[in-house]
Amino acid sequence: MTLRAGVVVFPGSNCDRDLAEALRRAGAEVTPVWHKETALPPGLDLVGVPGGFSFGDYLRCGAIAARAPVMRAVAEFAGRGGHVLGICNGFQVLIEAGLLPGALIRNAGLKFVCAPAALGVGTPDSPFTRLYVRSETITFPIAHHDGNFLADAETLARLEGEDRVAFRYRANPNGSSGGVAGVLSANRRVLGLMPHPERAADPALGCVDGTRLFAGLADAAAAPRALEGA
Amino acid sequence: MKARVHVTLKRGVLDPQGEAVRHALGSLGFDGVGEVRMGKVIELDLAETDPAAAEARVREMCERLLANTVIENYAVELA
Repeated sequence: MTLRAGVVVFPGSNCDRDLAEALRRAGAEVTPVWHKETALPPGLDLVGVPGGFSFGDYLRCGAIAARAPVMRAVAEFAGRGGHVLGICNGFQVLIEAGLLPGALIRNAGLKFVCAPAALGVGTPDSPFTRLYVRSETITFPIAHHDGNFLADAETLARLEGEDRVAFRYRANPNGSSGGVAGVLSANRRVLGLMPHPERAADPALGCVDGTRLFAGLADAAAAPRALEGA
Repeated sequence: MKARVHVTLKRGVLDPQGEAVRHALGSLGFDGVGEVRMGKVIELDLAETDPAAAEARVREMCERLLANTVIENYAVELA
């Protein structure tokens, strides 16, 4: 079954085409979805919220995009058990939209960090991480100024207790609480992460650790639809 | 009527911008600055003329957009 993916595009998104390319390489059919749409294309298995600088990072990173018309449809989609993947600015948008817990604030070191980041796989128990091995070290590039994941002790303990930390920095580049680089929703079908798996999905770019994320997703996310006979 | 919203980081939330400003003040020779906390001031020009209704409306704006209440506090001032 072919994965049907929509990739949301905001003014200032700049990783939407990379994300679409990585999904297509994994066999997905990809439709771009403009932020002013009030409904998603029918029959989607996955919505991708890409990186970039949506709305110029005005007010707070992701804050304006999170209130765009399309995000109401994305929240409903997630509420119905749809898969949502937010990368970098997309992660900021999902947090601002209340689909994931915590906050993302300015990097502790004040600098924009653009570098390959070694990550530990926190859990293979999700449609996104199922082809990785727990505690395996992989590398995805990071490129952000506001990727410092902040959560209170109670939220962090809940994320850890429910095995919802998808990826963790091996060497914390931005001050994130608990070294968290990516988190899952309670139903494990929404993933937000600061590192860029779509920039690690082509041998020409020097790293292919991200390909398993998209390949795993392509099988897992399309499967429920296959079961429903849709 | 006009409203002014002050958005500030909650105590304990790291403020790297404030830290950078504190360093810059130090390098200009301004000693004795213990802590610098940055925030935002947002001025709104409202059609509403009833102060209570205006305040309620602006507080709702703060909750839904102007502040991220996970990390920020807000205060509303009417003028």
